[in-house]
Amino acid sequence: MNNLYFKLFWTFLKIGAFTFGGGWAMISIIEREIVDKHRWINKEEFLDLLAVSQSLPGILAVNISVSIGDRLRGLKGSIVAALGTILPSFLIILAIAVFLTPDIIKNNPVVSKIFMGIRPCVVALIIAPVLSSARAAKITWKTVWIPIAVAVLIYVGCSPIVFIIIGGLGGYLWLSHKQKLAHDELNKRNNDNDRQ
Amino acid sequence: MTVYLKLIWAYLKIGLFGFGGGYAMLALIEREVVAPGWITKQMFTDIVAISQMTPGPIGINSATYIGYVVTGSVLGSIITTLTVTLPSFLLVLYASHYIRRHRESTVIKGIFAGLRPVVIGLIASAALLLMNKQNFPDYTISIAICAASFCLVYFTKIHPIFIICLAGLVGLIVY
Repeated sequence: MNNLYFKLFWTFLKIGAFTFGGGWAMISIIEREIVDKHRWINKEEFLDLLAVSQSLPGILAVNISVSIGDRLRGLKGSIVAALGTILPSFLIILAIAVFLTPDIIKNNPVVSKIFMGIRPCVVALIIAPVLSSARAAKITWKTVWIPIAVAVLIYVGCSPIVFIIIGGLGGYLWLSHKQKLAHDELNKRNNDNDRQ
Repeated sequence: MTVYLKLIWAYLKIGLFGFGGGYAMLALIEREVVAPGWITKQMFTDIVAISQMTPGPIGINSATYIGYVVTGSVLGSIITTLTVTLPSFLLVLYASHYIRRHRESTVIKGIFAGLRPVVIGLIASAALLLMNKQNFPDYTISIAICAASFCLVYFTKIHPIFIICLAGLVGLIVY
């Protein structure tokens, strides 16, 4: 068994087993495992993979694992990473469905208390990558309004898809405009040189 | 046999049209599995509650649970779980390859330059949406747990998984 495949599977198994509160809560754990510990990808690249994962339909946690697995080891890597992410919740839910009734879990005071502690922690695990990603993406005082506006507008009920489309389109127009300006500048300088 | 085909069709749709992840997908899942009468409204509410109390994405949790309950077999839950992940699996693979091939193009570079600040906003909105009564039932201990967890994950090298376990332990002791 190839060592990296095993490492990839084990890493995403841990991630799958400790993702509470949706795909966004994984980011802190993935960042620590993939970016800080194994150094498989750098921070900026991680943010780009997140952008791809969020822009496509489906389960965010699976999308993130597929894109990272594919980035590291192609198709086989993505299958290994996706299975690692899915397996813990699959086994746990299957065990509950086969052996328990929902009421045993729902009304268990011990489980409830543990989750009253975990839930606010999960919120913190989502706030932390906001700040670290902002640093990695080199967000400045001039661009900080974009994430703030997006966050507030989604909070009040706007659809995330709208901002993904605006962001992608806006980024493309901005970069092609910038390149055109640079191009014009170069032409102008060349013309001036020719004249001299 | 037909029930398997119907399940596959329903979960392909959920996997293909479920945007926004997690709780945003709930309405779609409900329409696809409660409306045909496979499970009752009460069972659906139970699945959501269980998903909140177990790790893993809610899309996977509900697929596994409903696959087992509807067919009464483990095979059913394997099929629904794999089916719900298949459409996005293929889409992400295709998109990743396309992007890698055109990495240096103005279009791809520009799109990502624009998406980066948006994605940060998306993560921030997820955090904002979770700052609700359900996650912070009191305004004292829960906020303290959140603040302490933030400091540990942001300023120290302590592993987030350890911090989650610690928070669960604190919850068990203080509540």
